[in-house]
Amino acid sequence: MTSATLVRRQSHLTKGKLPSYAVWLVLGAALVFGAAAASLVGFGAVSWGLFSALFFLLGATAVTAVVEGGRKATDSLATYLVYGAFLVALLPLLSVLWTVLERGLPGISYDFLFTSLNGVTGAVDNASVANGTPVLGGAYHAVVGTLQITLWATAISVPIGLLAAVYLVEYGTGGPLTRAITFFVDVMTGIPSIVAGLFAAALFGLLFGPGTRTGFVAAVALSVLMIPVVVRSTEEMLKIVPNELREAAYALGVRKWRTITKVVIPTAISGIASGVTLAIARVIGETAPILVTAGFASAINWNVFSGWMSTLPTLIYYQILTPTSPTNTDPSTQRAWAAALLLILMVMLLNLVARVIARMFAPKTSR
Amino acid sequence: MSKRIDVKDLNVYYSKFLAVEGVNIEIKPRSVTAFIGPSGCGKSTFLRTLNRMHEVIPGARVEGEVLLDGDNLYDQNVDPVTVRSQIGMVFQRPNPFPTMSIRDNVLAGVKLNNKRISKSDADNLVEKSLRGANLWNEVKDRLGRPGSGLSGGQQQRLCIARAIAVSPEVILMDEPCSALDPISTLAIEDLINELKNDYTVVIVTHNMQQAARVSDKTAFFNIAGTGKPGKLIEYGETATIFSKPTVKATEDYVSGRFG
Repeated sequence: MTSATLVRRQSHLTKGKLPSYAVWLVLGAALVFGAAAASLVGFGAVSWGLFSALFFLLGATAVTAVVEGGRKATDSLATYLVYGAFLVALLPLLSVLWTVLERGLPGISYDFLFTSLNGVTGAVDNASVANGTPVLGGAYHAVVGTLQITLWATAISVPIGLLAAVYLVEYGTGGPLTRAITFFVDVMTGIPSIVAGLFAAALFGLLFGPGTRTGFVAAVALSVLMIPVVVRSTEEMLKIVPNELREAAYALGVRKWRTITKVVIPTAISGIASGVTLAIARVIGETAPILVTAGFASAINWNVFSGWMSTLPTLIYYQILTPTSPTNTDPSTQRAWAAALLLILMVMLLNLVARVIARMFAPKTSR
Repeated sequence: MSKRIDVKDLNVYYSKFLAVEGVNIEIKPRSVTAFIGPSGCGKSTFLRTLNRMHEVIPGARVEGEVLLDGDNLYDQNVDPVTVRSQIGMVFQRPNPFPTMSIRDNVLAGVKLNNKRISKSDADNLVEKSLRGANLWNEVKDRLGRPGSGLSGGQQQRLCIARAIAVSPEVILMDEPCSALDPISTLAIEDLINELKNDYTVVIVTHNMQQAARVSDKTAFFNIAGTGKPGKLIEYGETATIFSKPTVKATEDYVSGRFG
């Protein structure tokens, strides 16, 4: 029989290999044994998970070692350890998201989003608890404050940070000034945020009399925290713009500052935009510097240049620490969690916007 | 539209390091001059002094004179930007601006300098420059597409179109074909032959056949050893340099005995 009729048989190439369902079998067995072992020390989700993971790791490695050999066993052990590390890293994140969603969602309502805490006293909260009516008062004033203060902080830090980075990358020659700027930017990165707040409070206290607290003072404090982040990220982005593009522009008789504004910065703009977003995300959740610079308000204040202001973090802080009604703290706790959810949503939205901006400005490579 | 270049006793430095020493050369208008020589002998360094691109590198400086139709490029009051707008340059690696379309790349010299240009003038300039770079037929239907989407050879011709769009007197090319395949190289060489009708062309190349094919005159640079300055060894008609050079080192190099 010369015509090649291939007989279906097990391939020699897969000899000594575990079938793909083996890992699920081991996992199932590990879960069962894990449950058994956990019930010995008192059954719980944590102990069950820990024992199962341990059994799975040992079982999978042992099975692989028997069937596939020592090299493969080491490989699978390392693989599952890496997966395990990923899961462990993911757990707190998911837990935070879940907790905030679970406790914050009930507090989100039209009333919460579009009214302030003005006129909401302990008596109001006591009444709503006693009658079972919805919690009154909201975070509108804090949302306004957060947006205003962050916007002003960005408006101050982005020009300063961008220009400093342009100096460092395009004009600095490695001399004393360049090194001094780099050094102080590094030092500023490590400044505790409360110190930045005290600095801004002291500065405005000197200029406009002690106790000057406005949204703008808070914006200055936040910009002290933002500037180093903006400088650092922009510097890195400008550094990776290929020198050939600068030379191409120079060779066309384009002046240096035009080369920077029209070739270098546009090429790096998507990276710069995401750096700025990260800087904003870093300061939007700051509490301590806001407390010492903008004070606390329960009414809506649109003017950053006069009067105290609240932001979402300070609202959370005060609602938890000094509940509106000392006897019935539930409405305040609910407001705090809702505000936390709102803050997370704002940061996520900001990240989304930055990605859209980066996509819009990114160098086009499609054919 | 084309000027001559005379170089007198030019020394080129990187900080304290003398990279090229004592170059004297005359380059005629409407001609192609090729610089050949082993790697590191200072051909590219010398080429970059001809449009003051050399000084972009920190610490780099020159001594001596480079005369463009009798005007010294290195006079005290000369603005390097003026020099560079008259002497264009094409680099070794194609470097179209990644943020710009093909059309904007060609217009870069005009637009980056914020010169006002009407739409019809711009259209004419784009077509003329791209035709001049033998690229028009390949890209005329996708002028709005990004320049980085073209092939390497097309990108290099786009860079040449960008250089001639600012109507320079001289075009310097620093190994323009070293990153390209033979067919794209042929396209560029054909283009150099056409460019010499309007421009003075100076080209650095590692490919001696290329120098023999495209140039009218050839300059051979050599270096005595690592750390020593590069020197212009011999300069003459291309045919002479490749058939009966007067200096032994030139003969060794062009016949492939070293380098």
